[in-house]
Amino acid sequence: MNLWPTLLVAGLLTFAIRLSFIALEGRYQPAPWFVALLPFVPVAALTALVTPDLLLVAGELRFGIDNPRLWAGLMAIAVAAWRKSILLTIGSGFAVLWLIQWLR
Amino acid sequence: MSSRSAAFWLGVRALLPMHLGVMPFGVIYGIVALQSGIPPLAAVLMSSIVFAGSAQFLLAQLVGAGAPALLMIGAAGLVNLRHALYSASVAPTLVSLPWRWKLLLAYLLTDEAYAAAIPHLLAAPRSPYAHWILFGAGFALWSGWQIATLAGVVLGAQLPDNLSLDFALPLTFIAIVVPLLTDRRRLAIALVAGVLAVLLAGLPYKLGLFCAALAALLLAAILPGKTAP
Repeated sequence: MNLWPTLLVAGLLTFAIRLSFIALEGRYQPAPWFVALLPFVPVAALTALVTPDLLLVAGELRFGIDNPRLWAGLMAIAVAAWRKSILLTIGSGFAVLWLIQWLR
Repeated sequence: MSSRSAAFWLGVRALLPMHLGVMPFGVIYGIVALQSGIPPLAAVLMSSIVFAGSAQFLLAQLVGAGAPALLMIGAAGLVNLRHALYSASVAPTLVSLPWRWKLLLAYLLTDEAYAAAIPHLLAAPRSPYAHWILFGAGFALWSGWQIATLAGVVLGAQLPDNLSLDFALPLTFIAIVVPLLTDRRRLAIALVAGVLAVLLAGLPYKLGLFCAALAALLLAAILPGKTAP
């Protein structure tokens, strides 16, 4: 099968999705409620991106020590709330992750 | 933001920690793509043609499974649906830019670039150089992704798995999101988005993520209180 047309169309579709609202902005009058929601997109989208990584192991909820990413993530959340430092957050998360992996 | 180059490097620096997670991800993509029977040239160029990590993994799997072209295209579109949210989020900042900028920044609009740039865009939405932050983050991610996939395809070497370096990505997203949770409304939105994303994680094509974010946003619309940003 020739892969190239598929890749090109998949790429164009991805690009079109990313361009969608950027291209439309200024050409339509978005509803006020829609505009009011935009400041909340980062929190909604990025939280949804992260939580499955923390709570699911192979698709199943795990809250115990058999899910080190949960505890590492909780540590990272605490550190991020305490100090707005990305490196400190990543460092503390990895410290807990590696510690639990090493202890198990 | 005093200048273009300051804004550009701010974006680059905000993205750099993510490379810790992006690099192994890209290397593994390169290896998986070859194993699925994708020719090396196509595997490498897919990283600039599609330029979307999860969609590229999915495409590689579907090629390996001999899926029809239309299914592959549809799947890639569904996986990337969440980027429409990012597009809506950054659109007001980019509205008065020339088209070449809009096209370039749309092409570079990934999870990582959006996450790296958005705290700075929120902090200075009227800065004349705000788009340079997004460009810096997008360019830094693009470069790293190309190098990583090339390394995966050319070297084919397996990275040490026991370090769990891929976890750098969720950790960076945590570092970005937590400081944004400045009021009860945002906390509620994060809680709902997080719980729904876990409950809907079984949906194919990352649709759970998209639906969870959308549902949490709609909840924000009906929550009582001011909607001031």
